[in-house]
Amino acid sequence: MLDVAAQELDNLVSDAQKNQYLIFALGPNHYGIDIKNVTEIIGIQKITKVPELPEYVQGIISLRGKIIPVVDVRMRFKIEAVEYNDRTCIIIVDLGNVSVGLIVDGVADVLSFEDSEIVDTPGIEGDQNKFVKGVGKVGDEVKLLINCEKLLNDEDTDRLSKVRL
Amino acid sequence: MSEFLSNEPMLDMFVFETAQNIEQLEKTILDGEKTSRFSKTEIDEIFRIMHTIKGSSAMMSFKGISSLSHRIEDLFFYIRENPETDYDCSVVTDLILESVDFISGELENMKNGIFNESDSTWLEEKLCKTLRTVKGSDAAVLATEDEETAQANDEAAQADAKEDFGDWAELAGPCADEEARVSVAANLFQVVLHFVEGCDMENIRAFNIVYLLKKHAAGIRHFPEDLDSNESRDYIRRHGFTAFFRTDLSEEEVRGFFSQEVFLKEYSLVQFEYEADFEKEQASFDREPDAAGTKAPKPVPAQQRTQAANSGQSIISVNVAKLDALMDMIGELVIAESMVLHNPDLYGLQLDNFHKSAHQLHKITSELQDLAMSIRMVPLRNTFQKMHRIVRDMSRKCSKEVDLLITGEETEVDKNVIDHISDPLMHLVRNALDHGLESQEERLEKGKPPKGTVLLGARNEGGEIQIFVRDDGKGLNKAKLLKRAKENGLLTKPEHEMTEKEIYHLIFHTGFSTSDTITEYSGRGVGMDVVLRNIEGLGGRVSVESEEGKGTQFTVHFPMTLAIIDGMNVRVGNCTYTLPITVIKETIKPSGKDVIRDPQGNEMILFRGECCPVVRLHQIYGVRADTETISEGIVVMVETSDKMAGVFVDELIGENQVVVKALPRYINQISGIAGCTILGDGSISLILDVAGLAA
Repeated sequence: MLDVAAQELDNLVSDAQKNQYLIFALGPNHYGIDIKNVTEIIGIQKITKVPELPEYVQGIISLRGKIIPVVDVRMRFKIEAVEYNDRTCIIIVDLGNVSVGLIVDGVADVLSFEDSEIVDTPGIEGDQNKFVKGVGKVGDEVKLLINCEKLLNDEDTDRLSKVRL
Repeated sequence: MSEFLSNEPMLDMFVFETAQNIEQLEKTILDGEKTSRFSKTEIDEIFRIMHTIKGSSAMMSFKGISSLSHRIEDLFFYIRENPETDYDCSVVTDLILESVDFISGELENMKNGIFNESDSTWLEEKLCKTLRTVKGSDAAVLATEDEETAQANDEAAQADAKEDFGDWAELAGPCADEEARVSVAANLFQVVLHFVEGCDMENIRAFNIVYLLKKHAAGIRHFPEDLDSNESRDYIRRHGFTAFFRTDLSEEEVRGFFSQEVFLKEYSLVQFEYEADFEKEQASFDREPDAAGTKAPKPVPAQQRTQAANSGQSIISVNVAKLDALMDMIGELVIAESMVLHNPDLYGLQLDNFHKSAHQLHKITSELQDLAMSIRMVPLRNTFQKMHRIVRDMSRKCSKEVDLLITGEETEVDKNVIDHISDPLMHLVRNALDHGLESQEERLEKGKPPKGTVLLGARNEGGEIQIFVRDDGKGLNKAKLLKRAKENGLLTKPEHEMTEKEIYHLIFHTGFSTSDTITEYSGRGVGMDVVLRNIEGLGGRVSVESEEGKGTQFTVHFPMTLAIIDGMNVRVGNCTYTLPITVIKETIKPSGKDVIRDPQGNEMILFRGECCPVVRLHQIYGVRADTETISEGIVVMVETSDKMAGVFVDELIGENQVVVKALPRYINQISGIAGCTILGDGSISLILDVAGLAA
């Protein structure tokens, strides 16, 4: 009986989080990531460089004693890099077993999208497309919804780790 | 088949206890085999262990393990009852060891969340066959005895299971006498429980429920009253188990309590509003003649409680993850402390009292750190004991008689080391047996005792742990090593220039084997290199000493702990790196002419007449250094087992103890980096892996 209640509560929580996206900015563009992956947002910190990593992995930071790799999303998207400033944020995402920090220009908002408000990506040619899993519409604006797994683990990184072995 | 996922603490306990039991069993069996006859105490011991395993596995309904242990128990029951019986000790030992392996495998599966029991029938059949052979001719006795044994065992298993339950119940939470507290409890309940058919030992299950219920309820009366007998079991099967109790819990909470129980088919709960009804209903059960047993309330629970409490006092088992978390937290504390004490805001202030208190705080944190470290220390005993089994199996396969002597097994090392030392050690022991020791004939020829000796020992020396494997075999043949190395093109310099140490280290090369024949265990040339890599991966090193004709000794040197190392912090530009103190030979401030370049542009530095490569950290890690001129920086000479290198840095910052943290998995393994650590100011320093750097 208590189990049932607990499960309902769980459902409620996940319902509340469903289709909610954390919107972050890279220059003029806005992107969204699924909020259930996000654990926290911190300001930019001193980053320790680690060699032999893909360029977009900036290094590691220490978050209360936990060592977390950080990825510069601008570099990942092959957008021109900018100096970090005090608006720069690190979004800590948790994907099952790995925690990774995403460096973004700033965090804007949390938005929820109905299923009907999310459309598939139009078939644009180009590299970026693989990170975008859908487009969310808000009024006249659109937010590109990012697939976190793709962002962190793709052929590039796989290949890199293989070269190492 | 078990669906016990809801019952994890119980499962954990079962796995843990059973693992311990079979470890003990293995040891006892091997001890027994040495005398080629089991002594009475050994038989009793084995019997007791199998008994416990059978009881608890039946309880958890792992039928495979339980019936297998039942067979073993049968066998030893017979041996115990008929001490005159003639049996082949080694056959029995083989069988038991096979069973031990089987159970270990099952436990491993359970740990990994796999509950598909493997088939144990083949083993059981083997055991039955052995039992028949042991029993020999008297077939008539056999039949009756079998039955008796089975019955006796059945009862015993129940008693065992009950004991186990006592422990488990204890796990569920403190179970002090809380009856006083709830005696005024307002809610009166009657519950009738029906168990799932075929779950067995219903009386024990009921007993457990009563035991758990005691935490929440008082004035418990149950029917049947006596849960010890088989009659009560039959009664519960037929009529269900009825209990009356008073409790503070609401009806809903009580239902929650029962719905957590496993194997409950159904239960009906009745709440009484009036005391009188409650009493009346109970009285009706008192009269019922079918209610088995009207003995006085059992003293068992009280007894068990004291037992469990006694055994729980001195040692508790703790999840390693919790210890790791504790270490992490203390690491954090140390960092936070140094952040406070060296806070830039304090500079230039005269703070006598502050420094006094700060000193006190520092003392406490470092003591706390030591304490947390010591919690993680585990004696090597179990790891060493496992080697008995390997030596036994090997000595049979190679038909060499071997004595395994063990010293210093009480030496304590970090839990991490224990987890990783087992495989390399196993390899060294196998090698000692296979390659080190000669065959019996050879030994006799040389005037050695026919029985070989392998000495396995550990000692604590100069801040490091040394584990050594010594055999009294033929020793390493330098000429043969050199010849083989030349054939494989492993020689890097002229033969006559090689030191003894270098020659012995040849055996750690991949693909190097001096054995002419390949056996099941060794000779493929895979192994020693893996041993070396594993040990170096743990921050240790291996040294070899050997005397031809007398024997060989491999010594594994380990730091006391892997979680904290003494490190030298060095600075390159604005980055900090940490080198383990153990690898540093010397630091030098070279003059420009010490450094030479070969035609490929590789830099070398002359150090005590030897040429060592120069590793420029700023180049490898792509940081901007203060200087790129050798004479303006400092070269740290580092050495691993056989390589030397000079690491070029801007400046030495100083030596301190650092807490080693692994790099995040996302980043993968990077050559030249062993991990990272957090410095006093909260920044991260990469710990350099010298073997990787020099490679």
